[in-house]
Amino acid sequence: GEINKTDQHQYYNEWIFGLEKGSKRIAAMMATSYNAKEEDGHHSGASSHGAAGVVKSKKPDNTAFKQQRLPAWQPILTAGTVLPAFFVIGLIFIPIGIGLYVSSNNIKEFEIDYTGVDISNPCYSCAKNFSWNSTTPCVCSMNFTLEQPFESNVFMYYGLSNFYQNHRRYVKSRDDSQLNGDQSALKNPSKECEPYRTSDGLPIAPCGAIANSLFNDTLELYHIDSNNTRNTIPLVKKGIAWWTDKHVKFRNPGENLTAAFQGTNKPVNWRKPVYELDPSDPDNNGFINEDFIVWMRTAALPTFRKLYRIIQKKSNTTPTLPSGKYVLEITYNYPVLSFDGRKRMILSTISWMGGKNPFLGIAYITVGSICFFLGVVLLIIHHKYDTRSNSADIPN
Amino acid sequence: MARETEDPGMAKASKVKRQRKKKTKENKTRTVHANLLYDNAKGEENPNRHYANNKIKTTKYTVLSFLPKNLFEQFHRFANVYFVFIALLNFVPVVNAFQPELALAPVVFILSVTAIKDLWEDYRRHRSDKEINHMDCLVYSRAERSYVEKYWKEVRVGDFIRLRCNEILPADVLLLSSSDPDRLCHIETATLDGETNLKQRQVVRSFFDLDCDFDPIKYNSIIECEKPNNDLNRFRGYIIHRSGRRDALYKENLLLRGCTIRNTEEAVGIVIYAGHETKAMLNNNGPRYKRSKLERQMNVDVFWCVIILLVMCLFAAVGHGLWMFQYGDKRPVFDVLSPDGTDLSPIMSAIYLFLTMIIVFQVLIPISLFVSIEIVKICQVYFIHQDMELYDEETDSHLQCRALNITEDLGQMQYIFSDKTGTLTENKMVFRRCTVAGVEYSHDANARRLAMYQEMDSEEEECTSHGGTLPRRDSVTSHQTPWSVRLTFTHFSYSVLSADKPSSDLQEKDITPDPQLLDKVNECSSQMDFMRFHSQPMSQLPSDLADVIDFFIALTICNTVVVSSPNQPRQKVQLTSTKSIQSNHLQVNKGSSSSLITNRSSNKGCSSMLSSPSAESTLTKLDEEQPPRDLEHNFGPVLPCYDGKAWNLEEGELRYEAESPDEAALVYAARAYKCSLVGRLPDQVTMELPHLGKLNFELLHTLGFDSTRKRMSVVVRHPLTDQITVYTKGADSVIMDLIKPPDTGSSKGKRQKKIVNRTQNYLNLYAADGLRTLCIAKKIMSKEQYACWLQHHLEAETAIQGREELLFESALRLETNLQLLGATGIEDRLQDGVPETIASLRKAGLQIWVLTGDKQETAVNIAYACKLLDPEEEILTLNEACALFNFTTFEIYPSSSPSSSSSSHTPPFMVHRLGLVIDGRTLAYALDKSLEDKFLAVARSCRSVLCCRSTPLQKSMVVKLVRNKLKVMTLAIGDGANDVSMIQVADVGVGISGQEGMQAVMASDFALPRFRYLQKLLLVHGHWCYSRLANMILYFFYKNAMFVALIFWYQFYCGFSGSAMIDQWYLIFFNLMFSAFPQLITGTLDKDVSAETLQQLPQLYVNGQNSEEYKPYMFWMNMIDAFYQSLVCFFIPYFAYADSDVDLFTWGTPFTTLALFTILVHLGIETKTWTWMNWLSIAFSIALFFTVALCYNASCPTCYSPSNPYWTMQRLLQDPLFYLLCVITPVAALLPRYFYRACQGTLFPSPVQVGRQLDKLPAETCRNILSLSRVKVGSPLSPKPPFLSLAKPSPKGCNIKDQRSFPSSRASIV
Repeated sequence: GEINKTDQHQYYNEWIFGLEKGSKRIAAMMATSYNAKEEDGHHSGASSHGAAGVVKSKKPDNTAFKQQRLPAWQPILTAGTVLPAFFVIGLIFIPIGIGLYVSSNNIKEFEIDYTGVDISNPCYSCAKNFSWNSTTPCVCSMNFTLEQPFESNVFMYYGLSNFYQNHRRYVKSRDDSQLNGDQSALKNPSKECEPYRTSDGLPIAPCGAIANSLFNDTLELYHIDSNNTRNTIPLVKKGIAWWTDKHVKFRNPGENLTAAFQGTNKPVNWRKPVYELDPSDPDNNGFINEDFIVWMRTAALPTFRKLYRIIQKKSNTTPTLPSGKYVLEITYNYPVLSFDGRKRMILSTISWMGGKNPFLGIAYITVGSICFFLGVVLLIIHHKYDTRSNSADIPN
Repeated sequence: MARETEDPGMAKASKVKRQRKKKTKENKTRTVHANLLYDNAKGEENPNRHYANNKIKTTKYTVLSFLPKNLFEQFHRFANVYFVFIALLNFVPVVNAFQPELALAPVVFILSVTAIKDLWEDYRRHRSDKEINHMDCLVYSRAERSYVEKYWKEVRVGDFIRLRCNEILPADVLLLSSSDPDRLCHIETATLDGETNLKQRQVVRSFFDLDCDFDPIKYNSIIECEKPNNDLNRFRGYIIHRSGRRDALYKENLLLRGCTIRNTEEAVGIVIYAGHETKAMLNNNGPRYKRSKLERQMNVDVFWCVIILLVMCLFAAVGHGLWMFQYGDKRPVFDVLSPDGTDLSPIMSAIYLFLTMIIVFQVLIPISLFVSIEIVKICQVYFIHQDMELYDEETDSHLQCRALNITEDLGQMQYIFSDKTGTLTENKMVFRRCTVAGVEYSHDANARRLAMYQEMDSEEEECTSHGGTLPRRDSVTSHQTPWSVRLTFTHFSYSVLSADKPSSDLQEKDITPDPQLLDKVNECSSQMDFMRFHSQPMSQLPSDLADVIDFFIALTICNTVVVSSPNQPRQKVQLTSTKSIQSNHLQVNKGSSSSLITNRSSNKGCSSMLSSPSAESTLTKLDEEQPPRDLEHNFGPVLPCYDGKAWNLEEGELRYEAESPDEAALVYAARAYKCSLVGRLPDQVTMELPHLGKLNFELLHTLGFDSTRKRMSVVVRHPLTDQITVYTKGADSVIMDLIKPPDTGSSKGKRQKKIVNRTQNYLNLYAADGLRTLCIAKKIMSKEQYACWLQHHLEAETAIQGREELLFESALRLETNLQLLGATGIEDRLQDGVPETIASLRKAGLQIWVLTGDKQETAVNIAYACKLLDPEEEILTLNEACALFNFTTFEIYPSSSPSSSSSSHTPPFMVHRLGLVIDGRTLAYALDKSLEDKFLAVARSCRSVLCCRSTPLQKSMVVKLVRNKLKVMTLAIGDGANDVSMIQVADVGVGISGQEGMQAVMASDFALPRFRYLQKLLLVHGHWCYSRLANMILYFFYKNAMFVALIFWYQFYCGFSGSAMIDQWYLIFFNLMFSAFPQLITGTLDKDVSAETLQQLPQLYVNGQNSEEYKPYMFWMNMIDAFYQSLVCFFIPYFAYADSDVDLFTWGTPFTTLALFTILVHLGIETKTWTWMNWLSIAFSIALFFTVALCYNASCPTCYSPSNPYWTMQRLLQDPLFYLLCVITPVAALLPRYFYRACQGTLFPSPVQVGRQLDKLPAETCRNILSLSRVKVGSPLSPKPPFLSLAKPSPKGCNIKDQRSFPSSRASIV
C-alpha cells in the first residue's frame, strides 16, 4: 500500500518548475553571453537612467486572482444560517411527497402468482412435471376477480422472482452485433456467448445465455361476463419494446428470414427457431420479435417484471377491464422451481411516474418531515445559543 | 581524502596488489596531456581520449529509447504498477469485469500524460543543449598555428582555448596565461554560486614568468589532477614539466565552466574537465524530495483503503461461493457456465470473483489522487510565488519554493530554529566603536549621527526607495541598467536593502571619526613621516601611537577586500536576462573562503586558506639577500594599475568588495581615519596614510577566514620597518587565547596585561550593547622564524594526505603569541519587523530557538531586542563556567527544589516564564547521549532557547535532537553557509537570500528575501496549504469510498457475481473526468480564513500544528459518512424501482448521476469560499457528465458490450422519476452532515470558524475586537478552553505546549 511517490513527485515538480530550474544555469549562461556580446557591440548605448521600466520587475501582478482575493461568497454554517434551508426543503418536499403518494395510490394494480408451488394452485402439476426438455405443452388456467375496474390502458406484465438476470456472466452472454443483423456475427458469434455459441457445429442465433433462457410462457386473458361466457380480451403485442430497440438496436439479418437464418441453429432451450417466434405476425419474427427484445433487456434486480402485452382502452365510456371475473390461461413452459423462482402475472394501469410504487411519495414526505423537524431543532439551538454566543463572545 | 584512504584491494596478494594499485591510481587521478602533441596520432593514442568531450547532453531519451525507457521509469512507481496490473487482469477472461481495452484507458491516460510531459521537457532540454553545444570559442589548432573558432561541443580535454573578456567558459580550464600584467584573470561566478563579486584567478605558477605570449606549441607538460568531482571550491593536482619539476595546482588556477571572464582582455588555458565532467555540470542535481507529514498520514490511510478493498472483495467472494452453494447441483439458467462449458465449483468461482471484484472496486484506491495532489501543490506553489507581500522590492526577489511538495508542512510547524546574523539581523555592519591599546573611543559623534539619520528616516518615510536610490545609482555607474546598478550597489555597500532607510548605506561608509582617535592617527603618522624623513628607526615611536597606527594598518589590510573604482569598467556587470536575475541578485557571499559546507568532509581544516602568491616563490624571494630597500622605493607610484590607469582617484570613489560585510565595515571605518586601502594585488597591498602617502605592503601570505579558526591573518613585510608582520583579526574568544602571555616583569609586559584586561572589559561592554566584536592583534616575526614556518607550511600545502589538518596546524603555529592591538565593535541592525514576526509566530504556538555562532552577550542582547527574551522572563544560563554543575542540577531543577546553586541566574522557581541560554561548549555536553533527554526536558519548559557559540554541526544536532526526540515538525531558517546543515536536517529548511550568498538558499526548501516574510509564509500560506490539502485528501477518500460502496451494495442483489449496474464507462471516467475539477478548484482556492485574520490571530495556526484538519478518526468518520451516503444513494433508487420493468443499465445510470450530485453537494458543504471558479467548475462537471452521457448513449447501438446503453440517458431524461430521484437522494444523503456542520458551527465552533466569523464583521468592529488582546472568542459552550487565551492546551497531544504554559507541571518532566 505504500505508494512509491518519490519519482512521481520529482516528475511533477520538474514538470512545472524543475525544467526551468534544471536549465536555469544554462539559461543564465546563455543570457549572459548574449548580453555580453551585445554590450561589446554598442558599449555606450545602453544607459542606466530611466530604463527602470525596461527591466521587467519580478514583482507579482496585483490581480485578485493571483493574490487570492477573488470575490467570494463565504457561507458560515451555523444553526442560524442553515435553518431556513431546512424549512424550505421541508416545505417543498412534503407537498411533493403527498402528490406522489396520491398519484401512486390512484394506480390500479393486480397481481397473481401462477408458479404452482402449492398443491392448491391449478398450475401445480404443470410446475411439477415440467422441465426444459418436455415437448408437450402444459396448460393451466387460473381464475381471479378484479374488484375495481381498470379505466385506462392496462399493461400486462409477467413477473419473475429470484431470477438473477443481472448475474455478471449472464449479462455478458450476448452478441449485440448479431442481434443487429450483422452477417458475420450471425455466422460467427462473439466469444462472450460461450457456452451458448454453437450447437451441433452450427452457430446459434441468437446466441448467449440470455436468449437461451427466453421466457416462453404464453398468457391469455378471458373475461367472464355475467353470462359465464369467456370473452377473449385482445392483447396488443406491439409497442411493448423500446422504440430504439425495435428499430435501431435489433435488426434481422435479411428480409427472407428462413433464408437469412440458414446455417444457424436455434438456442438449445428453444422449441422453435427465432424466425418462427410469432406465427401470427410475420413482421414480429426474428430478432425484432418484441417479446424477445423485452427479454433481452436484462432486469436490474432479481425480482422484476417485464411488459408482456397491452390492453388498449376501447372507448371512453367503458372501462378497459371492468370489475368481475377473469380467467388467465397459461401455457406453462418456463421452469422456475429449480431455483426457487416465482412467476406472476401483473395487470397495472400507469401514471406519469410509472407503475404503482408508493415509496417515492413516502420518501419525500419522510425526508421533508425530518428536515422540518431538524429545522425546528436548529431553531431551538439558534435561539438558545447562537445569539447569546454572538453577543457574549464578541464584546464591544 | 576519504578517496585515498579507502582502497578495498590493499589486503590482497602482492601481485594483485600491484595491479590493483596501478588501477586505483588510474582511478584516482586524471592525467591531461596537450592534444597538440597527438594531433597527428590516431584517436586511440591520444591519452585524453577516455575523457568526456565537451558536448553536453542533458536529455534522457532518444527517439528510439523514449518509449521503453519512459515506461520503465514510470513503472518504478508502485501505484502505476498496481493500476497496470488491474488493467491487465481484465484481459483474463474468467475474471474480467470491464471491456479490457476500456479498463486500460485510465492507466494509459495517466501514463501518456506523464510521457508527453517528459517528452516535451526532454525536447526543451535538447534544444537548449543544442544551443549551448553550438556556441563558439577559440581553440588552438596546430594546422592553422593559431586559434580558430570552434563549437563548444568540439572542445576536448587537452585543448588550448583562448578566452576573451566577457566570454563564458566552455569547460573547466586551467589558466596558463593571461593578458593581465599580474597574470590574473577575473571571473564572475554568479551563474554557479550566485556570488557577484569578481574572483581572481591566477596563472599556473610555472607560466607566471613567461615574458612573451604563451605558445601552445611549446607546451609539453603533463597535468595530473583529481578525478572530476562536484566540489566547486576544491581543485588539487600538479603539473609536471619536462624538466621533471612539479608545480602544485590550486583552485585559484582553475576557471570553471559557466563563469564569465571579466576585466581581463585575454586568457589562455588548457581544458581539464569537459562537458559532463565539469564541476558546474556535476553540481547540477535535481530538486530535492521530502515527504510531508500530511502525505505520511495519507499513506497510512491509503493502506487502510487497500485493507477495506480486500475485505470487500473477500466478503463478495464468500458471498458468491455461498450463493452458488445454495443451488447445489441444480444449476439455474442464469448461472452461466464458464466459457469452456465446464461447471465451476463454488470455491473456484469465489476465487475468480475475488479477482473480479478487485477490478471492479479498484476505484477505491484512486488513480487520480496522486495526480490531483501534485496539481494542487503546484498551484499552491504558484500562488505563494505570486504573493505580493512576499516580494521584496529592493532586491527584486520573491519567495522561492525550491521543494515543491512540502507546502502543507508549512502549516504544521512546531519548532523554529533560527540563525541570528543575517536572519534576524540585516547583516549590514556598521562600525560603532573601537578600543585601541586599552583606550576606548566611543565614537559618540557617530552614534549621534546615526540617531539623526534615523530621525531623518522617519521623516522621509513617505518618500520611499525610489527617491532615495535613484540619485545614487547615477553616481555609481553610468553604463549599467538599473537592475544591475542596484545589484552592484548593494554589493559594494551592503545597505540598499531596506526601503525605508534611504540613508542607511551612508551610515556604513560615512563614519564620523572619533576626534581623539583621529588626532592620534594624525600625530602618529606625522611623526612617522618625520622619522622616515630623518631615517630614524620606527621602533622609537611611542608604543601607544605605534599601536594606533598598527591597528589601522591591520583594519585596512587584514582582509580580502578587493578595491574597485566605479570610474573604471572593472565591475562590468551586464544586465543578464531576467532568467538569470534569480541567481544573480543574491548578493555577496562569504565567497571562496567559506568552503565549510560544500566541502563538509574537511570542515575542520583550512582548505580555503589562500596562498597568494604561491608560497614557493615567496620563499625564494625571501632567500634572496635583498639589500635593505630604499624607503623611497616604497612610496613611488609603483603600482601596476588596472587598465593602465593610475590610482589617482579620489578616495571617496573607491569601492570595496568584501566577502563578508564586517570586513567592508572595517575598511570603511579605517578610511574615515584617512587610512584607506587603495589597491590589492595577489602579492601586494597598497594603503594610503595621512602624511605618509601610499605605502606598499608586500603580501607574503594570507590565511583566509574560516569558521573553525574564526580568524584570519595576513603576513606582510612592513614597508616602514621592513619587518615581517603578522596581522590577525578574529573573534575575541579565539584571539584572547592566542595573545602572548604578558611578561609581568617588564613595564612593557605590565602595559600589555593592562591592555588585555581593559580590552576584555570593553569587549564585554560592546557585547552587552549587542555589538559584534572583533579583536585585532599583530605579531612580528624574524625572517628565520618566518622561513621556518613557511617551510612547514609549504610541506603542508603540498601534502596529499591530511592536507587540511596540516594546514590547520600550520595556521595555528603562525597565529600564536600575538600582541593585542585593540578591538572593534560593529553593529548589526535588526531586520525590519523581526520583533513583531517573532511575537506573532510565538502566539501561533511556535517554539522559537535561536542558534547562533555569536558570543553569548551579543546573542542575548539581540534576543532582547527582537523580543525573543522578555525582560520579565527569568533567564537560565548554562555556560562553560557552570556547565558541569548544571548538568548535575538538571535533575534537581525540574523537581523545583530551590537549589539556587544551580546557576548564577536562577533564583527561586517562582517565575512563570523562562528563557534558556546555553553556549556551545555546554551544548556539547547537553547533546551527549546521556544528557540529551534532560536537556530537552529543561529546554521544553523554557519559553525561548538561545544557543550561542554553536558550530554548524551543533546546530544541526540540536535540530535533529528536537525533531527526533520530541517528534515535532521543525523549521530551520538561516542565511549563511554555517546554517546549511541545520537547514538540511529540519523538516522544512528556509534560506534567507541575504548577504551571505547562496549556499543556504541552495540547501533550503524555501528561500525568503526577509525574515519577516516567514510570518505570512507560515501563518497564511502554510495554514491554507495545509487545510486545503488535508480537506482535499479526506474528500478524495470519501468520494471514492462512496462511489465504490454503491456497487458493493448491489452485490447483495446480483448474487455477488461482480456485476455492476453502473456502466463501465462511467465507472472508469467518474474519477478521471466527471468529478475531477471541482475538488481541484476547491483544493487550490479555498480559504477557510482570510489572510488578514490569519495574521491578526496567529493562534489559528495551532489548527495545523495539531493536525486538526486531518486526524486518523476523520478518515474513518469520512468512511462512515461515505457508507451512509452510499446506502441512501443505493436504496432510494432501489425502492423506487423495486419490482418494476426497469433494466439493469437504465436503473444504473441514475446512480452515476445521483452520486455525482451528492459528492458535488458534499464538496459544496465543505467549501468555505465560493468564487466564480467554484461555481463554474461544478457547472462544468455536471454539464460534462450529461454531455458525455448523451453522446455516449447515442453513439453506437451495438458497441460497449455488455451495457449497451443505447438511448438510455435520453429516455431517462424524459422520465420524471429520474428528476425526483435526483432531488431527494442528495438531500437525504447529506442531511446528517449538513445538520452536523450547522450544529458544530453554533455549539462548538472551531477556532478557524470563529476566525471566519471575524472576517465577516465590518473592519471597524473587527479591529476593536482584536485590539482587546485577551478577547474570548470561543463559545461558552465549547468544551475546550477559549482558544485565544495563551494557555490553550491542545485537546490532544502536544504536551510541549502544556508544559510551557503551565510551569507547575514542570515537576513531571523528569
